[in-house]
Amino acid sequence: MRSAWRACGVAILVVVLGATAMAQSQPRVTITYWQYYFESKVKTMDTLIAQFEAKTPGVHVVQETFPYDSYNQKVASAIPAGQGPDVVNLYYGWLPLYVGSGYLQVLPAQAFPSTQIEREFVPMIKAAKFDGQYWALPTAVRTLALFYNKDLFSRAGLSRPPITWDEFRADAQKLTQRDAGGRITVEGFGIAPNGQDHQLLREILFRQWGTAPYSADNRRVTYNNAQGAAALAWYTDLVTKDKVGVIDFFPGGNGYRDAFNAGKAAMIVDGSFAIGAVQSGAKFPWGVALLPRRTAGGAPSNFGSFWVNGISRKATGPRLTAAVAFLKYLTSPDVQRTWLRQVGEIPASQALAADPKLAQDPVYGPFIASLPYAHATFFVDETAQRTIMLDAINEVVLNHKDPKAALDEAAAKEQKVLDDFWAKQAHK
Amino acid sequence: MSGPAGRARRGLSLRARRTLSAYTFLAVPLVFFLAIRIAPAAGAMVISLHRWNIVGTDQPWVGLANFREVLSDRQFWQAATNTLRYAAAGIPAQLVLGFAVALLLRRAARFRGLFRTVYFVPFVTPVVAAAWVWQWMYSPNFGPLAMLAGRLGLPAPALLRTPVLALYAITALVVWEYLGFQVVIFLAGLEAIPRVYYEAAAVDGARGWDLFRHITVPLLNATLVFSVVYATIVYLQLFTQVLNMTFGDPGGPLGSTATVVLYVYTLGFQRFHMGQAAAATVVLFAALLGVALLQLTVLTRRVEY
Repeated sequence: MRSAWRACGVAILVVVLGATAMAQSQPRVTITYWQYYFESKVKTMDTLIAQFEAKTPGVHVVQETFPYDSYNQKVASAIPAGQGPDVVNLYYGWLPLYVGSGYLQVLPAQAFPSTQIEREFVPMIKAAKFDGQYWALPTAVRTLALFYNKDLFSRAGLSRPPITWDEFRADAQKLTQRDAGGRITVEGFGIAPNGQDHQLLREILFRQWGTAPYSADNRRVTYNNAQGAAALAWYTDLVTKDKVGVIDFFPGGNGYRDAFNAGKAAMIVDGSFAIGAVQSGAKFPWGVALLPRRTAGGAPSNFGSFWVNGISRKATGPRLTAAVAFLKYLTSPDVQRTWLRQVGEIPASQALAADPKLAQDPVYGPFIASLPYAHATFFVDETAQRTIMLDAINEVVLNHKDPKAALDEAAAKEQKVLDDFWAKQAHK
Repeated sequence: MSGPAGRARRGLSLRARRTLSAYTFLAVPLVFFLAIRIAPAAGAMVISLHRWNIVGTDQPWVGLANFREVLSDRQFWQAATNTLRYAAAGIPAQLVLGFAVALLLRRAARFRGLFRTVYFVPFVTPVVAAAWVWQWMYSPNFGPLAMLAGRLGLPAPALLRTPVLALYAITALVVWEYLGFQVVIFLAGLEAIPRVYYEAAAVDGARGWDLFRHITVPLLNATLVFSVVYATIVYLQLFTQVLNMTFGDPGGPLGSTATVVLYVYTLGFQRFHMGQAAAATVVLFAALLGVALLQLTVLTRRVEY
């Protein structure tokens, strides 16, 4: 009886040791990837992870997702609490905070040389560069374009989308419909300061009216001058004088897009991220056009934005090696192509963006054509900077403040936000 | 049961044992309350003395600097003034309407249950859904209010886009939401007044208004105090309704509907200035405590007949 127990014990020992030895001979590294929940993104990422794991034996990637509305808070609080992802998806506008706080680690220069990044990626990528180094990279990028309702255009006798802002304004007047009481029933332009229009003003109108919004080193606000005021006046006139749109015509953060999809707004300025919602929502023929310019031959401009993948400071040793390999994979041309097909976001690679087949696509074409001149605003506190621009617009529209005075006030407030950020950077 | 514990227990009287078990049961919610409410509140006070952006581990001690920054921020004072406006408009409206409806309901002989249900439904309606419906109702282009105003030849302002009106448009939603609750509280208070007082007073020749003034109102004092304190806390903590009524521009046009809690949320969870957000929370906590204590001492009167 006793020897039987002994034999049993030896057998267990052998099994345990054997299992340990086998595990050691095939090292397995598990890394965690975080992004916010968006169905097509999550599903695509699942298939990408499966392909990556097949190509990279011994590395296991776990994807975890969170609702968009609480995503930034979740990510922000995780790493300091000793948890969280190894590779994390972040909005580029959050990067200054995350980089400045030591949340991310710099991308290893050997795997990601700066010169190669700048040769291969579209120019707006520079917004992910700090202290001369890159801290994160995107798979895809987004730009703005004009969505227009072809039915409403032909009913108004218009054969093509506008090319200049003057045409845009005249078209919007023709497209606007009112009831007997004078109330707008169909907007010529689905105006939305709290949608994409604050970006439109900052990176497109200001520049085309002749002023850069910020200094080249992103430290100074430079839009509070006569040109900036003229741009703001032109934009706010759409509401106050021309009356071609109503702010908050449809309620909600995406009210302008809902109004377009409902056939109640003839034109909207929106991002490539809206393509899916318009494709499934709009029940009429619609088109996408390049954003208008100040003059027919004038310089175009656009606002670019993107989500990046970065490596958190949690990833060390073999996990860092795995994270670098995963990030390399996520930014590869193959993945960018899959991402475009399945998620509908335009590739971050210059070469793919230059692909003539893509550039001629009636929907993606205008967004892709805008990439070379798209500026990604260097946000240091996106929430505050957005509110400041909204307030400037509202001061003119609601309080009839002089546009120059409204911009002076906005510039003073925004300068303080920038100063606070740079002062904290200097302390580091 | 053996050993020292068993002996000690046998030594206790029945009364002591009962007390012991009562405290044991009370200890569970107490521990929960301490861990879930009191400890984080104390934590917020500690954070208010530090600079912290959540993302980093760096948490330098800054003394009262966060309080200075919050108290010198124009947006904080705008939010604080707005919060007082909400309270000043909402609490009296809610109390007066609630009282009036309760008095009427008490007289209603038929369908009383139906009426109570109708008034109570808003209180159990998800507030986010209600806020979105109300936005459509207020729409100057599509809303029924604007249509009605148009029929009557009146102007239909964009309530939520007009800084001086937006706050009161949101107050109306909150009053509507809490009215049913208020009615139920008043009804319970009214039911608790013994009929004999009215009968005795009637025998002595008292009539309608006198009965109301000398019996109903004084004996409702406890209900009234509860209602005022409760409503004050509701209005000083307004957040969800405000956020959802102007979702694209939280705090409304030019910050005209922002509240202190919304200010704290934006500062802490959108902009990650946790220290300042905690400082604003401490200020709000002090204000709430002060107001509640003041109301309890000023309004509470013992009434006995």
